[in-house]
Amino acid sequence: MTNLVWLLLSLALASAPHLGRLPFWVGPACLVLGWWRLAILRKQAKLPRKSLLLLIAAAATGGIFWHYQTLLGRDAGVALLVVMIALKLMEMKSLRDTMVVIFLSYFLVITHFLYSQSIPTALYLLLVVLLTTATMIGYSHPLERFASRPRLRLAGIMLLQAIPLMLVLFVFFPRVGPLWGLPKDAHAGMTGLSDTMNPGSISQLIRSDAVAFRVKLDGPAPDNSQRYWRGPVFWDYDGTSWSTRNQAPAGAAQFVPLGKPLSYTVTIEPHNQRWLFALDLPDRLPPGSSVTADFQIMAPSALHQRMRYSLTSYPEYRLGERLTDEAWERALQLPERNPKARQLAAQWRASQKSPRAIAQQALTLFREEAFVYTLKPPLLGKQAVDDFLFGTRRGFCEHYASSFVFLMRAAGIPARVVTGYQGGEPNPMGDYMIVRQSDAHAWAEIWLDDAGWVRVDPTAAVSPNRIETGIASALPAAELPPALVQLDAAWLMRIRLSWDLLNNNWNQWVLGYDQDRQKRFLSGIHRGLDSWQNMALAMMAGLASVLSGIAAWMLWRSPRRAIDPALAAYQKFCAKLARQGIARAPGEGPVDFAARASRSRPELANQINRITRLYLTLRYGQRHPAWLPRLRKAIRRFRA
Amino acid sequence: MNSIIERISAHAGEIILGKDRQIRLALVCLLARGHLLIEDLPGVGKTTLAHVLAKTLGLHFQRIQFTSDLLPADILGVSIYERDSASFKFHPGPIFAQLILADEVNRATPKAQSALLEAMEEHQVTAEGVTRPLPEPFFVIATQNPAYQIGTFPLPESQLDRFLMRIELGYPDAQAERALLQGKDRRELLTQLQPCLEPQELAALQQRAAQVFVSDALLDYVQALIHFTRQTPRFLNGLSPRAGLGLLHGAQAWAFSDGRREVLPEDVQAILPAVAGHRLRPGAEFAGESGAALAQYLLASVAIP
Repeated sequence: MTNLVWLLLSLALASAPHLGRLPFWVGPACLVLGWWRLAILRKQAKLPRKSLLLLIAAAATGGIFWHYQTLLGRDAGVALLVVMIALKLMEMKSLRDTMVVIFLSYFLVITHFLYSQSIPTALYLLLVVLLTTATMIGYSHPLERFASRPRLRLAGIMLLQAIPLMLVLFVFFPRVGPLWGLPKDAHAGMTGLSDTMNPGSISQLIRSDAVAFRVKLDGPAPDNSQRYWRGPVFWDYDGTSWSTRNQAPAGAAQFVPLGKPLSYTVTIEPHNQRWLFALDLPDRLPPGSSVTADFQIMAPSALHQRMRYSLTSYPEYRLGERLTDEAWERALQLPERNPKARQLAAQWRASQKSPRAIAQQALTLFREEAFVYTLKPPLLGKQAVDDFLFGTRRGFCEHYASSFVFLMRAAGIPARVVTGYQGGEPNPMGDYMIVRQSDAHAWAEIWLDDAGWVRVDPTAAVSPNRIETGIASALPAAELPPALVQLDAAWLMRIRLSWDLLNNNWNQWVLGYDQDRQKRFLSGIHRGLDSWQNMALAMMAGLASVLSGIAAWMLWRSPRRAIDPALAAYQKFCAKLARQGIARAPGEGPVDFAARASRSRPELANQINRITRLYLTLRYGQRHPAWLPRLRKAIRRFRA
Repeated sequence: MNSIIERISAHAGEIILGKDRQIRLALVCLLARGHLLIEDLPGVGKTTLAHVLAKTLGLHFQRIQFTSDLLPADILGVSIYERDSASFKFHPGPIFAQLILADEVNRATPKAQSALLEAMEEHQVTAEGVTRPLPEPFFVIATQNPAYQIGTFPLPESQLDRFLMRIELGYPDAQAERALLQGKDRRELLTQLQPCLEPQELAALQQRAAQVFVSDALLDYVQALIHFTRQTPRFLNGLSPRAGLGLLHGAQAWAFSDGRREVLPEDVQAILPAVAGHRLRPGAEFAGESGAALAQYLLASVAIP
C-alpha cells in the first residue's frame, strides 16, 4: 500500500508540469486510473481484464491522435507516454512491471527538458528524481513497510553519491554532434521577432519578460538612446503588414566607420529564426554567419539553441552612399491605399524642398498632434495608415514606424522599417546587460543624398521616455504588463538581478557547455586534454577515482565485523561453484547446498562433502582451530 | 541417525505408513520437552500416532476426548466424600499421566481448554486449593480438526503458542494407502507394540538432546529469522521469545535425532515450519496465506549468516 502511494505520488509529480501542455482530458484520466489502481489494492480486487485495457489504450491513443493529428513529435509523444504510464499501472502485477513503471517515470523526467532547461525546472526534476528513487528503494527493500524518512535519506545519499559521477561525465564526456534529431515541434513556442510585422505584433511581444539576449560589453555601455539592436529589416509593405519574404536588395554590406568601435559578446536565446542582433552597425561578423546589404546578420540556420557570438560595432557610421536601382525602387514601393496620407505627403513634398525637412515635418506631426503611445491601440481598418494618422492616433512603435515610412515613401524619400530591440537593463552584479523581449522595438531608416541611410525613430517624437529610459517609464502604469512593473524596493531589484546573474551563469556554463567551450576549458586545464581520446581517458580515470573514492568511504564507514575465517574460506568455495553455475541461495543451508552441488557435479562430490564437513565443524561445532588450515587447503585445491 | 531414535521411528513406522517425517517431528517434539498439536481431518491417523508414541516410549497414557460439555473437573479430577474416612478424597483426573492425548481439543469450550493448557505450561494442577505436581515426563499431544469444521472453538493464539510444534499428517500416498488397505487392523497391531524405552531412558535422551552444541553462528541465524518476522509486514506479528526458544530446542533435538553433536542451519530449517507455522499470522495485505507458506517465505528470505 505504502509503496503504491509512493509510486503514484512520484508519477504525479513527474507528470505534473506536463499536464498544462497536454490535452485537457489527460490529467483527469490519469487521476482516475491512479485512483482505480489504489482502490484495487485496497479492496484486494482483481486487475482489469486485458481486453478492457486494450480498449482504453486504443481510446486514449485515438484521443491523442485526434488532438494532435499525429502520434509523432514532442507533444504527442509526451502525451502518449503519460497516458501509457498511467495504463501500465493497471497491469502492474510483478516487481518487474513496477520497475518498468519506475524507469518510465525517470524517462518522463527527461522529457521535461524538451520544454524548459531553466534552473527551477532542473531543481524540481531533481526533487522528482529523489522521490522516484525513494519509491524504487521501497519496492526493492525486503521490508515492504519502509518508513518515509529512512527511505528518503537513502535515496538522498544515493543521489549525493551520484553527483561526482555526474560532474565527471558532464565535464569530460566528449561533446559530439547530436546523436539523434529532436522532433520538429520541439522548438515550438519560442518567442521573438518574426519575419512579418503588422500592427500589434510587437505590442504582443512586449508582454513577455523573457530574456532575448544578454550582452557583455568590453567597455563602458553606450547611452540608452544609442542602444539600437538591429534585427529584421522590412522593405515590402502590402497595406497591412511588412514582410521580409523577398530578400533584401543585393549589394555589398559596407559602411564607413566614423567613431570609436565597441566590442561585446552576445548570448542569444533561441528564437526559431536566423537573425542575430547587433548594435548599429556591426563590423566583424560571428563565424559562419552572413550579412545582407541592409545589415541583417543571419546565422547559418534557425536558432534552436542558445548561441554566443562576439562582435564589434561602430555607433557612428555612414551607410549606403549610393543606392542601387533595385534598392531605390523597393524603398519607394507602396500599395495603392491610404489616399489621405499620400495627399499629406504630396503637400509636404510640394512645400518643402529638402527630404530632411520633410522627415522633420512628419516627426513634428507626431510630436505636436494628439498622438498617444499605448500598448492597447484600437483596431485599424483597411486604410490602416489613414485610420491611424487621422483617426485613432493611438499606437505602439510599429504603428509609428510603419506610418512614418509610408509617409516618407509617399513623399519620394526612400525609407525602410527596422525592427529589433532598443535599450537593455544593465546588471551591475554581473557586469552585463539584459535585453528582454519587452525591449522589442521598431524604427525607421530614411535615405538622404548627403548622409546615406539615417536612423529616424518616430516613437521618440511621441514618447521620448521610451528611448531615453526604457519601455517601463514610457507607458502608463495601468497599461504595463506585470512583467514590466518596476520594482521600487532596491532589495527586490537586487534579487531580480542576482537571479538573472545566476541564470546567465547557468546558461553560459551548464547549458552552453558545448564542444567549443569544452575544448577551451579542458585545454586550459592541461594542454592536449581537448582531443576526444584524452577526454575519454580522463573521463574513465575520473569515474574510476570517484567510484573507488565512494567505495573506500563506504568501507571505512561500515562497522568492522570480525568475519569468521571459516566463513570467509567457505564463501570462496561457494564463489568457485557459483562460477560453474551452481550458486548458493542465501537461505540455503550448507548441507543442502552440498547435496545439490554433488548431484550436478557427481565427480566433485567427495571434495564438496569433505569441504562442507570441515566447514560445518568449524563454524557450527565446537572449535577445532587446527582444522581451519585444512579447510583452507582443501578449498585452495578445489577446482570446480 | 541416532540408533534409539531410529528404532522408535521404525516401530512407529510399521503402524503409521508413509509418515516418517511426521513421526520424526513428533519424536523430536517430545525430545525437546514440547507439547505437540496434530491438526488434520478426521480419520487420517492422528489418534493412532499419539497411541503409537505412548506405546513405543513406554509412557503411562491417558486419553481425554474433548467434547463441548467437558468440564475442567473432568480433566483435573474431583474430591469425593468418603464415608469410611469421613473426609473428602481427591480422585485424580486423566491429566495425571505421562502422556495425555487430548483428542479433538477444539471441540471443548474455552474453559475446559484452558484447564488443560494451564497444566501444560505449569506441569502442575491446582484443584480445590491444593497444588499437585504432574508426573514427569509430562506430554500433551492434542489433536484438532481444522477450524472450518462445524462446532469447534478454535484455540486462541496465546494457547497455540504453548504447543512447541504443530504438524499435519495429510493423506497417505498411494503406496502407503494400498499397504494400509491390505494390512492388518491397526488396533490389533497397536496392542502388539512393545515399548522401546524405559521411562528413565527417555529423560536421559531429553537431557542429551538439550546438550547438543549451539554455536554463535547458529544463534545469529535464529535471531535473524525472528528479527525478520518482527520487521516484515507480511507477518501480522513477529515470533515470540518463546517461539525463539522453541526453534532452538527443536533444532537441538532434531540434530540429536540425526546423531550429531552440533546444530546446523538445516536443523532449524527442518523444524521451523512445524514450530513457527502455527504462530505466524499473515499481515493485513497478505490475508489468506497459510502458516506453511509464511514459513517457506521466511526461510527463503533470510540469508544464513
